[in-house]
Amino acid sequence: MRIAGRQRLAPAFAAVLFAALLLPPARAWLEGRMSLQMLVQIPLLIGVGWLLSAALPPRLGEGIARWNQHGISSVVLASLAGMFWMLPRSLDAAIGEPWMAVAKFASVPLLIGLPLGLGWPRMGFVVRGVFLLELIATFFRLGWLYLVSPVRLCNSYLLDDQQRSGEAMLVIGSLILAGVMIKLLWGRFDST
Amino acid sequence: MPILRTLLASTLLLALGGAVLTVATDGFQAFTSETARRLAVRRDPPPVPAVLLETQSGARLDLAELRGRWVLVDFIYTRCLTWCLALGGEFAQLQDQLAAPLADGRLVLLSISFDPAHDTPAELAAYRQRFRGRDGGWIVARPTSEDGLRQLLRTFGVTVVPDRMGGYVHNAAIQVVDPQGRLVLILDAGNPQAVAQTMRGKLP
Repeated sequence: MRIAGRQRLAPAFAAVLFAALLLPPARAWLEGRMSLQMLVQIPLLIGVGWLLSAALPPRLGEGIARWNQHGISSVVLASLAGMFWMLPRSLDAAIGEPWMAVAKFASVPLLIGLPLGLGWPRMGFVVRGVFLLELIATFFRLGWLYLVSPVRLCNSYLLDDQQRSGEAMLVIGSLILAGVMIKLLWGRFDST
Repeated sequence: MPILRTLLASTLLLALGGAVLTVATDGFQAFTSETARRLAVRRDPPPVPAVLLETQSGARLDLAELRGRWVLVDFIYTRCLTWCLALGGEFAQLQDQLAAPLADGRLVLLSISFDPAHDTPAELAAYRQRFRGRDGGWIVARPTSEDGLRQLLRTFGVTVVPDRMGGYVHNAAIQVVDPQGRLVLILDAGNPQAVAQTMRGKLP
């Protein structure tokens, strides 16, 4: 019952969240700072796609699952799309070029959120571990780069904004790491 | 065989994604828009639009009139306390180092203000004065229309961001326009010797 209810509500919630993110004042606010675009807007768009995965017709979901054992295809697709949206020039272009803005609002939910939502329940301990550790490492690497770089990486954002983003990424990386440690020390695992 | 299908799907995604990332970074050369704009003008120099400017003396100048000469362009605003100060000092130094081509008209230095509402001809003249810039081949000007300013910023790839202290931050550089009126090269600001040397190599 609970799962069925969630499946019913998820697409509606995803639609509301997506519409809210598209509102011009929300866009202006979230895209006005690098930290907000990178660490709030894009993660929320990923959330939209994740919610959509619950609304996929079961037959389609099963069809995809046959090409997605242990969620490995999901991890590959989401990582590649994630790399693209981590490029400083992509963040710049998403503000300056209308067609890149469209690409962002379409591809972040569909190529990062949706595959992760579909793949996560299929990922075993190892795949999740690899994915999370790579995610943590990425946050630390990029956070450090943004914090120490003396030049602006995005022409659309100020240097102090870039440094705040770097600090925030180090904090987020640390929080995910802490979460993984807690799970490792006190959590319970399924056999795979 | 779900594992083989998954392997196939992942390999295809990897190849496709790798191709997209290669294109998106110009073959892993340009990760920032600043590097990308410099690569792009070298590969395919864009023509500079014929925008009407007003100079520090109040005279009108169509950018198209500068064809036939090399032009070094920088973007400034006169209230600036950071980068444009460095750029102004640099143009003053270039006036000395490139005195001969500036005197015979083979080369022009052009500072364009992106704050035309504030930067009247008097402000523009005072800006040049502040660096002891002379009349010899250094024009300081503002676009006469918002549309002209937009066209210039777009062609030159200059992004201006308010700095939350009443001023602006922008990707400061020295842009080189050739006698055919094409933006051919973008050089780092802060090294007038290197700019002078590059230009001596290009000037006839």
